[in-house]
Amino acid sequence: MTDSSPTPPAVLMRGITKRFPGVLANDHIDLEVRQGEIHALLGENGAGKTTLMNILYGIYHPDEGSIEIYGRPVSIHSPHDAIKLGIGMIHQQFRLVQTHTVVENVILGMGKGFVFREKEASEKIRELSARYNLKVDPDAYIWQLSAGEQQRVEILKALYRGAQILILDEPTSMLTPGEIEDLLKTLHRMTEEGHTILFITHKLDEVTAISHRVTILRQGRVIATLETSQTNERELARLMVGREVLFRLSKEQIQPGEVMLQVENLQALNDKGLFALKGISFTIRQGEIFGIAGVAGNGQRELVEALIGLRPVQAGRVFLQKDEITHDSPRARIEKGLACVPSERLTALVPSMSVAENMVLKSYRQPAFGRGILLDRTTVRSYSQRLIEQYAVITPSCDTLVKLLSGGNIQRALLARELSSQPRLLIAATPTAGLDVGATETIWQILLEQRRQGRAILLISEDLEEVMTLSDRVAVLFSGEIMGIVRSEAQNLEKIGLMMAGAFRLPQEEWV
Amino acid sequence: MIDFLISIVSLTIPAGTALLYGTLGEVYAERSGVLNLGVEGMMIMGAVTGFAVTTATGNALLGILAAAIIGVLMSLVHAFASVTLRVNQVVSGLALTMLGLGISGMMGKRFIGLPLAGRLTPLDIPVLSDLPILGPMFFRFNILVYFSILLVPLLWFILYKTHWGITLRSVGENPAAADAMGINVSLVRYLAVMFGGMLAGLGGAYLSVAYAPAWIEGMTAGAGWIVIALTIFSLWDPRRALLGAYLFGGVRVLQFFLQPLGISPNLLNMLPFLLTIVVLWMISEQAFRRRIGVPAALMQPYSREER
Repeated sequence: MTDSSPTPPAVLMRGITKRFPGVLANDHIDLEVRQGEIHALLGENGAGKTTLMNILYGIYHPDEGSIEIYGRPVSIHSPHDAIKLGIGMIHQQFRLVQTHTVVENVILGMGKGFVFREKEASEKIRELSARYNLKVDPDAYIWQLSAGEQQRVEILKALYRGAQILILDEPTSMLTPGEIEDLLKTLHRMTEEGHTILFITHKLDEVTAISHRVTILRQGRVIATLETSQTNERELARLMVGREVLFRLSKEQIQPGEVMLQVENLQALNDKGLFALKGISFTIRQGEIFGIAGVAGNGQRELVEALIGLRPVQAGRVFLQKDEITHDSPRARIEKGLACVPSERLTALVPSMSVAENMVLKSYRQPAFGRGILLDRTTVRSYSQRLIEQYAVITPSCDTLVKLLSGGNIQRALLARELSSQPRLLIAATPTAGLDVGATETIWQILLEQRRQGRAILLISEDLEEVMTLSDRVAVLFSGEIMGIVRSEAQNLEKIGLMMAGAFRLPQEEWV
Repeated sequence: MIDFLISIVSLTIPAGTALLYGTLGEVYAERSGVLNLGVEGMMIMGAVTGFAVTTATGNALLGILAAAIIGVLMSLVHAFASVTLRVNQVVSGLALTMLGLGISGMMGKRFIGLPLAGRLTPLDIPVLSDLPILGPMFFRFNILVYFSILLVPLLWFILYKTHWGITLRSVGENPAAADAMGINVSLVRYLAVMFGGMLAGLGGAYLSVAYAPAWIEGMTAGAGWIVIALTIFSLWDPRRALLGAYLFGGVRVLQFFLQPLGISPNLLNMLPFLLTIVVLWMISEQAFRRRIGVPAALMQPYSREER
C-alpha cells in the first residue's frame, strides 16, 4: 500500500464490472470518495448508479474489480460485511418493517442478549436523534410515519450500527421541500462529525446545492468526476444525457373554455375503511392542465380510482361536462369521454399482449374493428400502425408484446390509446415516473400539445417540477383535503411546499 | 350440571391439543414468510412413527421424540423447495401432505388394530389431581397436554419480547429489510419451518400415542387442514391459537353429546369443516379492514439479487 496521501480515500472502487442477463450494468467503473465529503452520483435511470452502490453494500457481487475502504482492500460479500466496515445504505424504497416500531426496526439484528430491552434501546435512539437533529418518536409504528420520518429512521439505523460511510439512493424523491431542507442540514451535520456521504440522484439542482464533488455515470460508465464548484447545471445535464438538453417547453397563454370536469365535495374511503378523500371540490376547463401536488399517500390514488369508477364514492358528485358520472360504471365513464393514464402504467395495458391488441383494448367493440363476432385483425393493425407513427412509439412492429418495450415507449403507447378516443378529460397520474430525461421531455410535449388543442387534463404528480412546469393551476392535496388552489407561478412555490407538509391552509376565498 | 361442565372441559382440552401443536408450529413457520400446507402430512407421519417406535421400545417418550424428528425431516423437504429452490410453496406443501398420507398408510398396515403397549398415561399430580371439580377438569391430563399449554406463553414471549422474535417477524414482513441489516434470511426461514415440522410431528404423535391411543389409517382426518385455517384465525398470535384450538376441540366434543339426540353422525362430522369456513369468512372481513396479521412476505421467496 502506498502512503502518498495523508488520508486515504473513504471509498475506492476500481474497475467494477457487473453484468445482468443482457445488460452491462457497470462497465469498469472507477470511483474515489474522499473522507468527509458529500459525493453525488449523477445519472439517468439505468445508468448503473444503484447497481454500483448495491455492490458497495454487498447486495450484488461484482464480476470484476476491487474495492478499498480507507485504503484497505476488502471483499464485501453481504450487507453484514458492509455494516462491519462501517458502511450504511438507505435504499430508495425504504427497507423498514411497517408493522414494527421504530425501536424494533433500528435494533434489528443488533440486539445483545436474548430478551429485547426496549427502554434501553429507545434511550440510545433518542440520544442519536438529538445529536444529529433527526426527530422521530422511537415508540411509533413505521406505518404511522411520514416518508420524511421513515427516512430519518433509516439514517438512525445506519448510525446505530456505527456507519461512517452513508449511501443514500435518491433520498429526496419522496420528501416535501421542507423535509428536503432538514435532510440537507442533517447531512452537513454528519460530515462535520467526520462521516462520508455518497448520494445517488438524477436531480441537477441537488447536486449543485449540497455536494462537494460529483461523478456522472451514463450507460454503466463513468463520464467524469468534477468539483461541484467548478461546474454548472447545464454542463452536468449535457454529461448526464450525452447531448444538449433544451427544456424549451412552450406553454402559451390559452383562454380556458367550457368546464369539462366538475368535482363537488367528493368523499371516498381507502382500503382500510378510513376517509382518504374528505370532501374535495375543483373544476377543470377546456385547454387547461390542472395539477394536483402532494406527497404520495395523501389521497391521490383514491382520487383517481374514484374518478374512473374503481372506488365507490361515499358522498359528493362528479360531472363530466354536463353529465353526472358519480356512480357510473367504469365503462360508462369511458364511453362518456373519460380517459386515464394511471400511475402504474402496466395496469392499464396487458403486458403480455401485442401493441396492436393493447391499442384497441377500449375500442374493440366498435363495429369498425369487427366482422361479426370476430376481430378484423387487418383493420386493428393498420389502426395501431397509425397511432404508433403519430405518437412516435418505438417498437419493432405492432405485433411486439408491450412488456418488451421501454418505459417511455410503453407510456407513449398508453397515451396514444387514451387520446385516440378524443376524451373530454384526460387523467394523467405520475405520467413520467421512472422515465429518463429524454422520455420525460416527449411526454411533457404531448401533454402540452393536447392542452393547446383544448383538452382538459388532470395531472397528478409527486414531482413538483413537473406540476409547476405543465399546470395552469395547482391544488395541493394533504391528508385527503385540498389545502389550497394557486396559479403555478414561481412565487407560489414556498406556499405550495408548506401546504404539502400540511403546515399551511390557503383561505378558500383566495383559491383561484 | 357441574358434571356436564367437568366433562365438557376435560374432553375439550385433549381434543384440541393436536390442533394446538400444529397451529403453534405453523404460526412460527408463517411468521417467517413460509406457508407450509404439508401440516397434514407431517402430522400423520408423526402419528405413525410415534406409534411404531413406542410399540418397538415400549417407551412413549422415545416414540414422541422420533415423531418430532420425522416432522423436522419432512419439513426440511419443504424448506429446501421453498427457501432454497424458491418454488411455489402451495405445490410443495401439498406434495408433502400427499406423500405423508401415502407413506403412513403403507408403514402403518401392520399396526392397524394393535393395542399400544406403553401408551402415554394421564399424570397423577399430588394434591391438584384430587381437588374437587378443578382436579378432574384440569389436572388429570398427560404430559403432552401440559407441554402444549406451556408452549403458548413461551412462544408468545419469544415472538414479541426477544431479539429472536423481532428477527423472525422482520423476515416474514420484509425480508429485504432484514437482509439489509445483515440477517441470514434463509437460515431464519429454515429454522422456522423446521420448528413447525417438529410441532406438527408432536401433534401427530399425541394423537396415536396418547389421545386415541391406536393407529388408524388417515387418523388425522383433516386436522392438518384445520390447522391452516386456525393459523389465520389466530392472526399469527400463539395466544389466539390456544383459543382457536380449543374452540375446535369443543366442536368435536359436541359431536359426542349431539349424536345420542338422533342427529346424523355424518352431519356432525361436517361440523369442524363448516366452522372452518365460518371462521375464515369472519376473519377475512376483519383482517381486511385492519390489514394486520398476515405476514406481508408470506409465500414470497426471497432472493437478494432479483431485479
